[in-house]
Order: sequence, then C-alpha cells, then structure tokens
Amino acid sequence: MFFDKEYECMPREALAAIQLKRLQDVVARVYDNVPYYQAKMDDVGVKPADIKELADIQKLPFTTKEDLRKNYPFGLFAVPMDEVVRIHASSGTTGQPTVVGYTKADIKMWAGLMARSLCAAGASPKDTIHNAYGYGLFTGGLGAHYGAEALGATVVPVSGGNTKRQVMVMRDFKSTVLLCTPSYALNLAETMVEQGIDPSEMALRVGVFGAEPWSENMRSEIQDKLGIKAIDIYGLSEIMGPGVSIECVEEQRGLHVMEDHFLPEIVHPDSFEPLPLGEKGELVFTTLTKQAFPVIRYRTKDFSRIITDECSCGRTFYRMEKVTGRSDDMMIIRGVNVFPSQIEHVLMSVEGVEPHYMIIVDRHGSLDTLEVQVEVSESLFSDKINTLENLTKQIQVEIKDLLGVSCKVTLVEPKSIQRSEGKAQRVIDKRKI
Amino acid sequence: MKVEQIAIFLENKSGRMADITAILAQNGINIRAMSLADTADFGILRLIVNDTERARQILKENGFTVGTTEVIVAEVEDKPGGLARVLQVIKDGNLNIEYMYAFTQKSGESGLIIFRFDELDKAIDMLLKSDVRLLSGEEVYSI
Repeated sequence: MFFDKEYECMPREALAAIQLKRLQDVVARVYDNVPYYQAKMDDVGVKPADIKELADIQKLPFTTKEDLRKNYPFGLFAVPMDEVVRIHASSGTTGQPTVVGYTKADIKMWAGLMARSLCAAGASPKDTIHNAYGYGLFTGGLGAHYGAEALGATVVPVSGGNTKRQVMVMRDFKSTVLLCTPSYALNLAETMVEQGIDPSEMALRVGVFGAEPWSENMRSEIQDKLGIKAIDIYGLSEIMGPGVSIECVEEQRGLHVMEDHFLPEIVHPDSFEPLPLGEKGELVFTTLTKQAFPVIRYRTKDFSRIITDECSCGRTFYRMEKVTGRSDDMMIIRGVNVFPSQIEHVLMSVEGVEPHYMIIVDRHGSLDTLEVQVEVSESLFSDKINTLENLTKQIQVEIKDLLGVSCKVTLVEPKSIQRSEGKAQRVIDKRKI
Repeated sequence: MKVEQIAIFLENKSGRMADITAILAQNGINIRAMSLADTADFGILRLIVNDTERARQILKENGFTVGTTEVIVAEVEDKPGGLARVLQVIKDGNLNIEYMYAFTQKSGESGLIIFRFDELDKAIDMLLKSDVRLLSGEEVYSI
C-alpha cells in the first residue's frame, strides 16, 4: 500500500529533475539566509549558481555535528524564529545537544513522510498504533505520532517507560502496530511473558523499530518472540527525525530513502571522497525541502551502502542497506574496529542466548580487554560445568572468527543486565585514555 | 530409582548462597543434600530438597536460573572399600560419571552417593544387577 504513490513510484528521471530543482533551491536558501553556510561556501569558492546538475553537490562543503554544536542553539536556522513552530534536540549524550527547528510546512512534510513509512511497513488507517517512542525533545515520539495521525490510524501516545502498564494497554486496546526501539520491543516481549500473557495472543502484527542499530539476528528474535513482522525505520533529528527511510514489508531488505526530500550520498569514512552508491561508506544526506533547518551534505556517521536494484514493492526510491553501526558506537579494541551490533549478531546466532548483553571494554596495562556479559537463560543452563564452559568458548571462538578479536565471555544471572526503556546501553568503556 | 535434583546458576559474588538459603528457609524447604561446583566466574549449586517442584518455582520467581536433572542415589557401606566397590561396578560397565557427591543418612550406618550420568538408565541397570542399593526419590526427599 502507498500513501503517496505518485512520488514513491515516480520514474527515476522525473525524480532526478525534482531533486535538482529542489537542490538548487535549498542551496540558494541557505546561502542567502544562513551566514555560516554562506561563509563555508565562500571559503571554497562555490556559489548557488554553480549547482547545475545533481553531481555538483560534491562541490559543496560537508556539514558535521561539530558545525551544529558551534551554532548552538539556533545559528543554522534559515527562517526567522516566528516561523519556527517546534524545536527538537538530540540527547546530547556525546556532548552538547544539537538543536533543530521546524516550520509548519516542515511538520506537515514530516508527518507525510512518516505516514508513507507506516504505510510501507504495512500499516493502514484501520490500525491502532502503540507509540512507545519517547515524547519530548527526542524526535521519535512526536515524529511518529504526527505520522500515524496523518495516516489516519488510531494513535496510542504511550511514550516510554512503565512497561507493565504498556503491556496492559497494548492488550486491552488491541494495538496492531508497535513503534519503539528494537531493544524496548524485547523488553516488552519479556514483560508479557512475566505477566503470564502469551505474546501471540496480542493483536500486534507489525512493529516499526528504529533509533538504534540492530542486527538481522535481532530481527528474527523479535519476530519470533512477538509473532510480528519487524520493520526497520531510519532517521536522525539533524535530517528530520524518523521517516528518512523505511523498509517495505514486501522485502524487508534495505530501507527506501525518501529521495524526493533527502538526497543520499556515500563517502569514504576517512577521506570523505564520494564513493559509488553500491559501495559501503558513510551516509551523507542533504535535505531538499526543509525550511527551518535545511542541512547540506550532513555526515551522519552511519555506515551503509545504497542498493539501486528495482524493488518488488514498486517503489522507485533507492534503498540504503540496514545500518548496523555508527562510527560513534565503534570501539577500537587492540586496533580492530568493532561494532556492538557485530557482537550482537554472533550472540543471537547461538541457540538459547537471550538478546540481553553488555559489552565491557577496559585496559589492563597497555592491552585492551573486551568482555561480553551474557545472561544465562533456562534453555542455556546446565547442571554440568563443562557444558557452560563449552558455551562460553563457542561464543568466544565465533566472535574471534568474525571480528578477529579475542574476548572473555562471562555468564551472568538473568535480569542482571539492565533492560532498555528506549535506546539501549550496550557498551561500558572503562578505558581512561 | 531416579531422584530429582535442582541446579541453580550463581554468579561469583558475595551473598548469593545466603540469598538462596534464605528464600528456601522462608518457604519451608529442607535441603537433603547439596554440592557446589565452581569456576573462576560462576558456580552451579546442586540441591536435593524435600519438595523439588516448589523449590524450583520459588527460586525461579526470585529471578534465579534453575534447572532440574535426574540423578541416582546409591547406598554404600560406611567402611573401607564401600565406595570402591560401587565405583568398580561403574568402571566395569564403562560408564562415565559426570559428577558425584556424598552425604550421610541420619543413622550414620551407610553413606549415600549421588551420581549424575548421561546414560542414566544403563547405570541404574548395571548397579542394580550388581546388588547396589539405589534409593527411591521418596526415600531421599524424606530423609
């Protein structure tokens, strides 16, 4: 089902024409209205008139999180504040929060793209949507909320936390669609079982999960435990919020980028040279239509590649491969790059391992140490020491095979790893560098 | 001839044994026999109690990982060579003991040895044929 078939299935040439027109427009707008962008463009000697074709985007300077911080809070806004109707901000866990703004038109556009996303995931106006993304400065809650309303579905704005109550509400309201982080979906599934509720008796049939990287094995785990289709949604506040790209329920393979509003590029993660779309690198986005907070060539720090094959769902938008790591999450262990999602992938492939784990990085002398804590579920547990020791060895060997890093696997008691209420914390880095 | 044993996963941190025994005490569970197997990081506590199902249930409710296993309990004479005779039977039968531990009866006249085998039925068969007395679950739970 489509929310906006005309655009979602538009022939590529027509799409490119719209993209170019919109790109020229946004570059002119930031040049004229945001002194910071104007100065950056003047530095490299590029004028808006130099953008004659889409590839000319490569002449423009990148924008980074650092640029956003330097202009805290409203320095990069391209409209006067009286046109701004809403502010969101990133959590600021890695420093000063980054602040973004929206005009009325931006909010409407975002709601439309989020409605498209929900539709692509298989939702319709008949659905009751349980929205457990946090409401507040975080874009997840309100972004998904407005999209669900634009779709015409019934929204339950439950927000994060109070998991037992959420389960009750979900059951009593017969919610059919769940929106939350993947780690919180597992917390919900576990809580259902604890409350004596069989997840398969819920009316839920699809979940749209995002805001943190998750592995394919995690997807299988969620689909099995909740008996639903698990769809990946992508977005970041700097670009808009959730709804920048979405998997279609038909394929669940790659996320269709809303290319009429966002222009994706892939660049080399170190040299920042543009890479062919099919190659893996850092994702870069330019917003084509946003008014209050347009961004030019924003380096997302997310690693992906672009799939240009036709999709069976009929959408002509290119797909980005599921993001399994952000450079922010990347750990360097004894010189090897390791993403938490790679460790998750190994853990989930071992029969009986619960999707609750913690990665602890430390340094003894000059040597980095990696410890993976895994909860012992009843299905893993044995009264024989050697069975449990073989299990930890098996996980160690598989992590070593995949990542080339040796680690220590520690078995811990059930529930000793804190459950996610939103974005899960997977890594504790104790190194003092 | 099979006796139910519960096994509990324990992280290697102080107070866990005290927690478990307190939970059992509050629920009137009596421990008949126990053994603790430990490694550097974790331990496995194995218990035979007077009410296996209830003990398993309450420990689970208190957040522990609990498993149940079947073991056999053999009576051995409390004199030199008592255990050696039983172990010889096991050796002759080419059976591998996963683990074993001992406790005594109130009378003190004979020792009781708990054996965990992978090939449990074969072990029962062999020991009975060699006139080793095996205790029934009811006998052990009510010691």
